Amino acid sequence: MEMASLLRFRTSRDYSLVGPETAKAIESGLASGEWYKTPIERKLLKSLMQRSDGPALRDTAIWLGLLAILGTAGTLLAGSWWAVPVFALYGVLYASAADSRWHECGHRTAFKTTWLNDVVYVLASFMLLRSPTAWRWSHARHHTDTIIVGRDPEIAGMRPPQLIIMALNFLGLVNVPQSLMTQVRYAAGRLNDEEKSYIPETERKKVTREAWAILAIHGGAVVLAVATQSLVPVLLIGLPNVYGIWLLALMGLTQHLGLAEDVLDHRLDSRTVYMNPVLRFIYWNMNYHVEHHMYPTVPYHALPALHEAIRHDCPAPMRSLFAAWGEMLPAVFRQLNEPGYFISKELPPGAGQPAQRGR
Amino acid sequence: MANWTRACGVEDIDLEDVGRFDHAGRVFAIYRAPDGQFYATDGICTHEHAILSDGLVMDHLIECPKHMGRFDYRSGAARGAPVCVALRTYPVRVEGDDVLIDLG
Repeated sequence: MEMASLLRFRTSRDYSLVGPETAKAIESGLASGEWYKTPIERKLLKSLMQRSDGPALRDTAIWLGLLAILGTAGTLLAGSWWAVPVFALYGVLYASAADSRWHECGHRTAFKTTWLNDVVYVLASFMLLRSPTAWRWSHARHHTDTIIVGRDPEIAGMRPPQLIIMALNFLGLVNVPQSLMTQVRYAAGRLNDEEKSYIPETERKKVTREAWAILAIHGGAVVLAVATQSLVPVLLIGLPNVYGIWLLALMGLTQHLGLAEDVLDHRLDSRTVYMNPVLRFIYWNMNYHVEHHMYPTVPYHALPALHEAIRHDCPAPMRSLFAAWGEMLPAVFRQLNEPGYFISKELPPGAGQPAQRGR
Repeated sequence: MANWTRACGVEDIDLEDVGRFDHAGRVFAIYRAPDGQFYATDGICTHEHAILSDGLVMDHLIECPKHMGRFDYRSGAARGAPVCVALRTYPVRVEGDDVLIDLG
């Protein structure tokens, strides 16, 4: 394999949301299609969907409490080598854990109380340099058209895979500058055509206001760092998206990478991976990703029970994060030279028939 | 002109739950509120194609099963992004063990 092939920035298919693949997805019925769902008896589903404030209040208190303790300890230890492991932990809890809080609260399933979902959603969005409004609409589209080329704005593993970009994003080195530039653009009131395709006109002014807030908060941290001649303010706010995002990349890329595109069946385009309780706390059970996409109304704390209810109809889950990467890496390297290749998940005997696949 | 049509039986829907009613190529959602009152709306979300009777009833809200947009099923009003457009509602009455909705 030539090194040059690792640095491809063009894809063989057009992944934009306003190009020829968009029209093809609509024509073929893949856009806003009917997705396969494993049948679940209504009473069981209703019990799984029930909301409760308890688990998320407990987990959020632990999360914010640890951030406060580690942030204070890191500040007090600044200048000593002891600050390094403290900030390493702080960064992971700040950036990698914020993503799952952003995600669950964006769905408004984490808490029963709506305003609690909204408060944690906005907090986590700002921590991750994301516009709460723009991302709410982007993620809605991701759920409507999961890994449908030309429709889904959140496809992380395009073909051929952008391996250098993926690798750099273990340190946020592409995402962070991109996010900052996006916020500057939003602050100027400019949305591109793709964003306009999924953010309604009535919501766009909110995007501008949020961008000003995000830039003010992060600009304030930079000003404070310069004024105090200390890195601590930016180590606390903003830079965790560089030094603490690696765990999210490690867990998050397992969601869809290497799997089928253009299929109306989450069993074939999403991956469930068993993880230990610490990772599941940080990731708020998003490792049960087939389950989450098939029944997004089920809150994170009920996903293990949902997994048990539908596993007879789903591909075998990956036994560990290590196993998931063991499946993904050979596939993405193969996709460098064979972009049409994907991992074809095997359904168990007796499983429901796969929904429409391909175009 | 009223067009009262039987949608379901009273006991077909639990308290604080929703059921589906298909009629003349259309889909409706029939709700039984926590106080036992019945309500009816169109059965497809106004945001994107999703069957509301697969969603979750919380007090007087129905949450869409696809994107978790919410409506007050008593008035049809949109109560949370990504839904922005209200649902159409229909008059409901109970006669004996039957729940009727007015499609007129």
